[in-house]
Amino acid sequence: MSKPLCWSSLAWILGLAVWVPSHAQDLSFALTIKDHRFEPSELQVPAGKRFTLVVKNLDPTAEEFESHDLKLEKVIPGRREASLTVRPLKPGTYEFVGEFHQKTAKGRIVAK
Amino acid sequence: MLATAVIVLREVLEAALVVSIVLAATRGVVGRGAWVSYGIVAGTLGALVVAAFADVLSAAASGLGQEIFNATVLFIAVAMLGWHNVWMTRHGREMAANLKSVGTAVRVGDKPLYALSIVVTMAILREGSELVLFLYGIASAGPGQTTELAGGFALGMAAGLMLAVGMYFGLLRVPAKHLFTVTGWLILLLAAGMAGQGAAYLVQADILPPLGETIWDSSYLLPDDSVIGKLMHTLVGYTARPYGIQLGFYAVTLAVVLVLTKITHGSTRRPAA
Repeated sequence: MSKPLCWSSLAWILGLAVWVPSHAQDLSFALTIKDHRFEPSELQVPAGKRFTLVVKNLDPTAEEFESHDLKLEKVIPGRREASLTVRPLKPGTYEFVGEFHQKTAKGRIVAK
Repeated sequence: MLATAVIVLREVLEAALVVSIVLAATRGVVGRGAWVSYGIVAGTLGALVVAAFADVLSAAASGLGQEIFNATVLFIAVAMLGWHNVWMTRHGREMAANLKSVGTAVRVGDKPLYALSIVVTMAILREGSELVLFLYGIASAGPGQTTELAGGFALGMAAGLMLAVGMYFGLLRVPAKHLFTVTGWLILLLAAGMAGQGAAYLVQADILPPLGETIWDSSYLLPDDSVIGKLMHTLVGYTARPYGIQLGFYAVTLAVVLVLTKITHGSTRRPAA
């Protein structure tokens, strides 16, 4: 292994060791999918805070929650819910869609 | 119908390209058709099973089943692709020599066809299960959806197939001497990209740290969900907003496979010297 490679892999390992997941996240926001629409379609969240996004799918069929802005994608089977961890966001607007019903299932998260 | 077709295309694109690259990489090998077919059949059946048990999978590992499953499927594919490349450094030259004598298929008994067969299975399994859920959703919306479903599916599949066939015949235009070098690089990049994507799933599951939330943002140039973005994603691992650790997995995969092929190459040459 070359020297720079050695150093970079060392840096990765150290990075892993230093990173301690802070699972103390009391902050939680909920979204509901019904008739292939998100409710609410706009969610206000505080910027710079980690939170859990709970997405409840009330439809009988699956939906894929997808957001390139938040870098999240998860299939939520019909009549199930899924939790997603959102790491601290910079202030701004983050769009998300239900990939299986993009015409109607749209929404955004506004971090302030 | 077009919107459905685009989603179908996006989901089948990766598998289609993987199959065409695998077919090019096994050119002239007896029995490759059968192995690739096994891979396709196993992947399709697997996708149906995964879709049917989607709620079990999602609930597994305290809700992180999906992420862990996707990452595992990707890492298995990475290992098989890497193994193929290492194997090829040893046997690529004889295979290329055989190819040049036109029309003779070679029986390279121990060419790890099963490895590439597994790669095909993994490629279909992951996105195939999403496709099944998507189509099932349309189908259950009512009997009026048949045109939408059949038309969108046929159109998207046809487009994916055309891309794959184009890629395959494009690769066959590469002179026999260089074909396996080219497919070797394609497979290497495929593997690195999959490793990066696997890492991204583990970041989403909060198992790996992102080590840099957004290293660059090229989403305004080439968004991830465009067909070209998806194409580049499969071929070279393109991501519009990569995590640091994604780039790390990409680089480490490249380095490890290259180093392993170097070592193998060295050890096969030494006796001749």
